[in-house]
Amino acid sequence: MTKPKLALNWTASCGGCEIAVLEIKEKILDVANLFDIVFWPCVMDFKYADLEKFKSKEIDLCLFNGAIRTSEHEHLAKLLRDKSKVMVAYGACACEGGIPGLANQFDKESIFQRVYIETPSTQNPDKKFPQENYDMPEGKIQIPTFYDTVKSLKQTVQVEYFIPGCPPLEKTTWKALEAVVKGELPPVGSYLGAGDKTVCEECPRKKDEKKIKRFYRSHLKLPEPEKCLLEQGIICAGPATRSGCEGACLKANLPCWGCYGPAQGVVDVGAKFMSALASVIDSDDEKEINKILEGIVDPIGTFYRFGLAGSILRRKKISQEKKG
Amino acid sequence: MNQKGFEPRIIGFLCTWCSYTGADMAGTSRMKYPANALIVRVMCSGRVDPTFVLKAFQEGADGVLIAGCHPGDCHYINGNMKTLRRFPLLVKLLEGFGIEKERIRLEWVSAAEGEKFSTVVKEFTSAVKKLGPLNWSTLENLKGQAQTDVRKETPSPRLKEAEL
Repeated sequence: MTKPKLALNWTASCGGCEIAVLEIKEKILDVANLFDIVFWPCVMDFKYADLEKFKSKEIDLCLFNGAIRTSEHEHLAKLLRDKSKVMVAYGACACEGGIPGLANQFDKESIFQRVYIETPSTQNPDKKFPQENYDMPEGKIQIPTFYDTVKSLKQTVQVEYFIPGCPPLEKTTWKALEAVVKGELPPVGSYLGAGDKTVCEECPRKKDEKKIKRFYRSHLKLPEPEKCLLEQGIICAGPATRSGCEGACLKANLPCWGCYGPAQGVVDVGAKFMSALASVIDSDDEKEINKILEGIVDPIGTFYRFGLAGSILRRKKISQEKKG
Repeated sequence: MNQKGFEPRIIGFLCTWCSYTGADMAGTSRMKYPANALIVRVMCSGRVDPTFVLKAFQEGADGVLIAGCHPGDCHYINGNMKTLRRFPLLVKLLEGFGIEKERIRLEWVSAAEGEKFSTVVKEFTSAVKKLGPLNWSTLENLKGQAQTDVRKETPSPRLKEAEL
């Protein structure tokens, strides 16, 4: 019996997802036994040309982590989609754009300005920016195009399954792989290895009535260990976030950051998170409400920490005049 | 960015008990107000999920009006207070996305305030007209094959059999 072929790839991501795959520890040997790993650039030496040689749909499973930020990412996403029977968005970046998606508050021009000119550690008196095409004495150099907008994987190609998390927990990864190996795959479009409720369902903290007179960002207050963080005024994404992590951060006295993405049935994670936060405010007075809301200093970063690219509005508006 | 002949598209979420009846009042009293407001009747202004507002803008609205009962008059005791708490946050969020705060408005309109309703729509329409079109749905950089609901009836793919 030939082993099913497995491909893993990363694009705009931090590399944490690659480590998360290894977090299944010795079970990685089972994975190596069960699957024929045909592409995993982070771990083994593969070339894109090797990938191009496969027939369409010859690879059985592709775990794709990272958002789509450059033309190279887009090319890889499309190539792997063509070669793979089952395409899985692995990790928050592939599912919803993740942290790289926060760059959608800016555009290419302002990002380049910041990175190549303004950062305190940069010296660039000639104001040089990377050029897509450049003539060197040795020949032409071409680098991928940098897009204005970061996209999630499903905004780029058809995706069968999602494994959420930043990074997906060991249990989540293993549950998902198990489902694949046993052939117990749920309907297309499902989330593998994660729950379909919210983080609050799994959170071990005691929950009572929530009435808040002030919001705290997590670094501003030392939380009491057993009480619901929202009841203490600490901004926690639990009510809007998909379960499956078993409240890992909450057990470590940290609020949920929302890395498992929108809970089942939630279209826009930020909108739901915002509603949940607003409903705990203990005031009917407009002025006081505004004062309490001053505690939320970065609405997009707070509500869409992992999901800006995957949200309804997807990015900040680029002014049309600027784009000419 | 005022464009000649631009007629803004305004989505109005009106609570059925006060504001929708108020709009009805404006109609039956033959008051005139711009036809730019497309009205969606909801059971309570508190039912207006911020998702609705985001979706309205994404799908081409130039402005969104939310109207409910005056504070203290809510049919569901405090539904409008939930809107009141949510609204400033929503405005802040929209500004983060580059959508001007003048494009969204919260008003309390009672069932008897037909005149107020017509004034609000007039003012709001002219304010949005000044801002010009939002054109969110046609922004070039947002184009992409967004995957819609694939959960429908696509059968689960079968991989080769393997034993754990």
